[in-house]
Parts: sequence; C-alpha cells; structure tokens
Amino acid sequence: MLTTRIIPTLLWKEFGLIKGAGFDSWRRVGPVLPAIRVYNQREVDELILLDITAQETGDDPDYESIAEYGQDCFVPLTYGGGVRNIEQVKRLLRAGADKVSVNTAAYESPSLVTRIAQRHGSQCVVASIDVRQTAPAQWTCFSHAGSRDTGRDAIAWARELEDRGAGEILITSIERDGTFEGYDLPLVSAVADAVTIPVIASGGAGNYQHMVDVIMQAGASAVAAASIFHFTELTPAGAKQALEAAGIPVRKPFVDAPAT
Amino acid sequence: MRVAVIDYGTGNLGSMLRALEELGAQPFLATTPAQLAGAARLILPGVGSFSDCMAALTEGGWIAPLHRSVEEDRAPLLGVCVGMQLLADRGTEGANTADGTEGLGFIPGRVEHLRQHGCSARLPHVGWNAIHPAGAADPLLAGIPEGTNFYFVHSYAMHPDHPEDVIATAMHDVPFAAAVRRGHVWGTQFHPEKSSRAGFRLLRNFLERGAPC
Repeated sequence: MLTTRIIPTLLWKEFGLIKGAGFDSWRRVGPVLPAIRVYNQREVDELILLDITAQETGDDPDYESIAEYGQDCFVPLTYGGGVRNIEQVKRLLRAGADKVSVNTAAYESPSLVTRIAQRHGSQCVVASIDVRQTAPAQWTCFSHAGSRDTGRDAIAWARELEDRGAGEILITSIERDGTFEGYDLPLVSAVADAVTIPVIASGGAGNYQHMVDVIMQAGASAVAAASIFHFTELTPAGAKQALEAAGIPVRKPFVDAPAT
Repeated sequence: MRVAVIDYGTGNLGSMLRALEELGAQPFLATTPAQLAGAARLILPGVGSFSDCMAALTEGGWIAPLHRSVEEDRAPLLGVCVGMQLLADRGTEGANTADGTEGLGFIPGRVEHLRQHGCSARLPHVGWNAIHPAGAADPLLAGIPEGTNFYFVHSYAMHPDHPEDVIATAMHDVPFAAAVRRGHVWGTQFHPEKSSRAGFRLLRNFLERGAPC
C-alpha cells in the first residue's frame, strides 16, 4: 500500500536556507548542503528545494549549486524557483532534480505545464499554488512568491493544472505559512476533492497532529513542512511515528543485511 | 566493473551514476550505441512517455546494438521505471494506434494505464510503496525482505504474458508488476537510485549477482 510522504521544504535564498511566516519575516536557518546531507542520511521520503532568489530576480536557476546539492541526494528532489521554460527544465533534470515545481510562470503561460509533461512526463511537474482566503470556502491564487494577486480561484486553477498535465499539486496557504497553527483543512480538502492527482499540503504545520488531521480529514497524499523541522525539536522520523500510531501507512526504514 | 547508463536524452541520470559509484562500480553515460561494447552491465533509464522514449531510442540507433549487447555479448540489463516498461513488446502511452507502440521485446507483454486495470486510486502513483516478492527467490531481491518500501512514480504498468516473469508486485488499489525478469534482463518499475538504502542494496545485487544464466 502506498505510504504517506513527509516532505521537508527547504527555502534557499542567496547563500543559505531561510524560513519566514506569511511569506515574509525571513529568518536564517543555515547552509543548504549540510541540511540536504542530514535529511538524506535520515532517509526522509523526499525533499523540496525552493530558490527564492531565482524567483525574485527572474534569473536562471543556479544549476551548479543544484548539481552540488543533488549529488548526495538519494531520495527524490523537487526543485522550484524561477522555472519559466522547457530548456531550464531539461537542465534542472540534468543537474540532479527529479521533479520541477512551477508556480508563477504557469499563470503567465499555462501551456508550460503541458509542454513539460509531454516532454518529461507528468510525474516531473509539481504544480505549486500559493493562496490566500478571500471568503468562506474561497481562496485566490497569488504569484511571485505570494506578492501578486492573480485573481484566479484556487480550486478552478488546481483543476486546470491537472487537465494541463501536472502530476502533483503543492498547495500552500500563505496565511498559515510559518504560523504553527495547522494546515488549512478546508482548503486542502477542497483541492483534494477537485483533482485526482496527489495533493501535497503545505503551510501551517505546528505539531504532528496537524499532519494527521490534514491526511485523515482533508485527504492530503503528502505533507510538506519547513518551520517545525527548522525551529522545533520535531523531526520527520517523529512525524512518521505519530502518523503510524494514527493508522496512516508510512515508509519503514530499510536495514541492509550483511553482504553474503 | 564498467556499467553503461544509457543516455538517450532523458531525465536525471546523475543519481544513478552516483549510486553506482558509491557501490564501487565504474559507471559511465553511454551517449552513443558504440559505447555499449564491453560494458559488463547495462542500465536503461527512462522518463516521459513510452512512445517518446522508443522514438528517441530508434532515432539514436540504439535498438539493434542493445539487442546485440544483451543477446550476443550476454550483458545483464536493468530497465528502470519507463526503462522497465520499454522492455515489453508494446506500450499504449503516447501511441498513435490503439494497439500501441512497439517496445524492445525483451519481456513478452504489454504496458497499459493503471486505470485500464481497474485502479481507482489517485494517479500518478507517487511515493514509497511496499514490494512483495513473487515466485522463486530472485538474485536481484536478495536481502530485501517482503514489504520493503521503494520509490515509485508512474501511471502505467507492465503486464507480462508469462506470470513467472514477475519477480515482485506492489499494490495501488490493484496489484501490478513492480519488478520483472527474463533471463539476464531485469526491470524495476520503482527507482532504486532514489530509494535510498533499499535501492543501493538492489543495485548492489544487480552488480554482484546479475550474472547471465
């Protein structure tokens, strides 16, 4: 049976990892490479690396650094930040990314999602949606790292991204980001009901129960979290134990038998 | 041991090379078919659609040299993900005809969408799932217990004509072939190079025990 993934999100700006709240108030976390090595050693299920600089400046992704980070990553690595064209995707995959996350560019050119899916497969495209709540049971999509209102309805946009070939949806509540108050359950539930592809919940995790809730109550296929892993003593391994205790299947660590 | 990782323009090959290096092999990217000669092991990766991959293999002139390496030079071959699917006779993904696109034909069978086989769970099937060894013990799975989790990401699955070619299954609402083998040709639907320690063990088995029979 498919297990539920717990995915640390690494936000990378200039020379190191950062984390904020509400897509603002950034705090420095530390260097990127040791974090990736530690997560890899601890056999996390998957990693998401988002480059805020490339996103803000419109520069090309920093392929050299990504190649360095990907070298020691033997679990799936998703890269996001400033991805605007199919050539960049090819270079990112060459550099060691397994999937790319597309956000802002998808609003400007929705066919980008289709082109990536056709060339590299749907499994390669993680469509990322950042939203704010605008009314009860209504959420609006924001582009440019949460700074610009696109006017698009989040649920309709999630459906369109699926139709265009996205393999997964990463749904982030800007308001919950970094608050430790828990995932936006109605939001995740509405998106999970609207699409048939896996949905990764993001924004707001403050304890293990929040993860259990968004999986059991809102139907998330995976949970992403950053602040709790950076700033508290909670760990992906601890989260797995909590999920398992709640009856959610999780990946068990593999213990290699001695060579025979 | 020289291991050719076949590079026909698809996806992230860096992780596979790094994993094989960690295991003490001498992996290299084979960018032309002539480089297959003399390789002790062959690895066929793949992402994207079955039809696109077959088109790229055909265009690059890989098909006859691959058969030669496997059938005449007796080089063990491991197909990974779409690379496993390509081992079949035919695949429907991205095909122009209902009958599908012709595959490499190392393992008799067809590749079809999981929905065609009654899967009603979310697709793509993305994440870590348990594999269940089937049939006689296979050297590729030595030391890998029943229920070990591997990383999958796919919507299509292979249906071998001969049930004995399936060496492990997995469940995603419906059972499907997680690993296959015919002679010295193996395939895994999951990604060993992205499956951390379990994947390393499987690749080590392929290097150490994947001898032609």
